[in-house]
Amino acid sequence: MMKGADRTLNNIFRFYYDGFRTMSWWGKRVWVIILIKLFIMFLILKIFFFPDFLKVNFSTDRERGDYVLEQLTGNNSHYD
Amino acid sequence: MIENIDLSLVNWSRAQFALTAIYHWLFVPLTLGLSFILAFMETIYVRTGDEMWKKITKFWMTLFGINFAIGVATGIILEFEFGTNWSNYSWFVGDIFGAPLAVEGIMAFFLESTFVAVMFFGWNKVSKKFHLASTWLVAVGANLSALWILVANAWMENPVGMVFNPDTARNEMNSFREVVFNPVAVDKFLHTVTSGFVLASVFVVGISAWFLIRKREEMLAHRSIFIAGIFGLVSALLVAFTGDTSARTIAKVQPVKFAAMEALYEGKTDAGLTVIGVLTDSGERMGEKKVHDMKLKIEVPRLLSIMTTGKSDGYVPGLKDLINGNPGKGILSVTEMMERGRYARQVLTDYKMAKELGDNDSMAGLAAKFEDRDFIDNYFRYFGYSYFEHPWQVIPSVPVTFYAFRVMVGLGFFFILLFVLALWFHRRKTLEKNRWFLWLALLAIPLAYLASELGWIVTEMGRQPWIIQNLMPVHVAVSNISSGAVQTTFWLFAVLFTALLTAEISIMIKQIKTGPKH
Repeated sequence: MMKGADRTLNNIFRFYYDGFRTMSWWGKRVWVIILIKLFIMFLILKIFFFPDFLKVNFSTDRERGDYVLEQLTGNNSHYD
Repeated sequence: MIENIDLSLVNWSRAQFALTAIYHWLFVPLTLGLSFILAFMETIYVRTGDEMWKKITKFWMTLFGINFAIGVATGIILEFEFGTNWSNYSWFVGDIFGAPLAVEGIMAFFLESTFVAVMFFGWNKVSKKFHLASTWLVAVGANLSALWILVANAWMENPVGMVFNPDTARNEMNSFREVVFNPVAVDKFLHTVTSGFVLASVFVVGISAWFLIRKREEMLAHRSIFIAGIFGLVSALLVAFTGDTSARTIAKVQPVKFAAMEALYEGKTDAGLTVIGVLTDSGERMGEKKVHDMKLKIEVPRLLSIMTTGKSDGYVPGLKDLINGNPGKGILSVTEMMERGRYARQVLTDYKMAKELGDNDSMAGLAAKFEDRDFIDNYFRYFGYSYFEHPWQVIPSVPVTFYAFRVMVGLGFFFILLFVLALWFHRRKTLEKNRWFLWLALLAIPLAYLASELGWIVTEMGRQPWIIQNLMPVHVAVSNISSGAVQTTFWLFAVLFTALLTAEISIMIKQIKTGPKH
C-alpha cells in the first residue's frame, strides 16, 4: 500500500502527466516555443552574449566595489 | 573608465533596453487584465452552473494561455542586460533591486508551476471551487508579481528607504516599508495594473465584436462584451483617477518630467491644462535644447494649477524655473544642484583616497557624512548632477514626452467612451445593428497596446537623462564594453522577440478563428 506522502506525489505526477498527455494542439505548440525560447535565452544569449560584467572581470565583491567607486569618482564629462 | 565610454555605447544600450522592455510589455498587460476577466467569468459559472459560462471561460483561457506562455520569461532578458550593459548601475542600486525582484521571482515560480497548471489541467480533475480558487490566485498572483517589478522601477524614479555605503559603493536598504510604500510605487502600481485591465477588456470586447461581425458565437460575444464592458469601464475610470494622482506625484518628485509632459517652459499661476497642442520651434534655445512654442492650443483654463497644487491660482513651475532656479518659489537652480552634487562626489573621492592610503580615521569621518541627514538632504541627493557640465543637459525630449502623454490620455478617454457604447448597445440589444461600432471595437485592440506602450514612453523618456533620479545619469550607469557587442545583441533580440510576437499572433488568430468549439 502506498503511504500518504507517496500517494500525494503520485497524484501530483499523474496530474501533470495527464495534463501534458492530453494537451491540445496549441498547448503543444506553445510548449515547443517556450523550450526553444528558454534554450536561446539561457544557453546561448546568457552564456555567450550576456556575461555579468563585474563577475567576469573581478573575483571578489571588494574588487567590484572598488572598481565602481573608481567609476563614480572618475572625471566624467561625457553626456548625451 | 567612464571618460572613455563613447556615446554610441550609451545610445545602443539605451535602445536595446527600450526594445526589450517594449516587447516584454506587449505580453504583460493582457495577462494582468485577462486573468481577472477569467476569474469573473468562472465565478459566474460556478455560481450559476451554466455550462455556457464554462465554455466562454475556457475560450478566453486559451487565449490567456497562449499570451502567458509566449510572454513568460521575456522579462528575464532585462535582468541579463543589467548585469552586462549596466554594471555600474546594477552595483550602485545594491540590494534594493534584488529584494523586490527575488520576491517576484519566487512568486512567479510558484504561481506558474502550480495554479496556472491547475487552471489548464484541472478541469474535471479538481473540484469546481478549487479550480475557481486557482483562477483567482493566478489573477491576484500575476498582479502582485507586477507589484514588485514596479516597486523596483519606482525606486529609480524616487529613490527612498536607503543609505549609500561609500565603502562598497552600494545603496543599502534601510526601510523596506519606505521602498514598498514609495508614493511613486503606489501610483505606478495602481495606474499600471488598471491600464492592463483596460487593455484586456478592449481585447475581449474587440474579439467579441469580430465574432458578431462574422455572425458567429453570438452568446459568447454578448456575454463577454457585458463582462469586459463593465470591467473595462470601471478600470478605465480608475486609470483616469490614478493617472491624476500619479501626475500630482510626478509634479512633486520629478518636476522636470512634469514640465516636459506639459511643454511648460515659463512657470505660471492659473495654469491651464493643454488638451491638444502642436509644438513648433520658437527659435529660442536653452543651451543646445530647443524651446518650443505651442500652436493650435486647446486648453482647459486653470486645470493644471488645480491638478498640481489643489488651487486654481497655484504656481506651476516651468522648465526655465527648474533649470535656472526661482528663489521666490524656493526652486534651486540646476547650477546650484551641480555644485552640491560635486561636493558630495568630492567627499566620496576623499573617502576613496583615504581608503587607498589606509587612513582609517579619515575614512570613518567621511563615511559618517553619508549617514548624516543634513549631508544626505542637501548634498548627496544631488550626487548625479555632478556628472553634467551644463544645466540644460537635464532636460528630456519635450516633444516625445508631450505628444506621448497626450495620445495616451486621449486614448484613455476614447476607451471610456468605447466601454460606455458597448454596454449601451448591449443593454439595448443593438450591437449587431451597429456594425460601425463592432469595427471600431476591433480596431481599438492595437490602440490599447499603443496607449499602454506610450505610458511607458512618457515614464521613461520623461525622466531622461536619469537612470536613478538625481543620483545617477544613464551615461554613468553603462558598462565599459564595446558598442559593437551591444549592437549585435540588439539585432538578436529584435529577431527573437519579433519571432515570438509573430508566433503569438498567428497561434492566437488561429485559435480565435477556431472559436470555443475546440
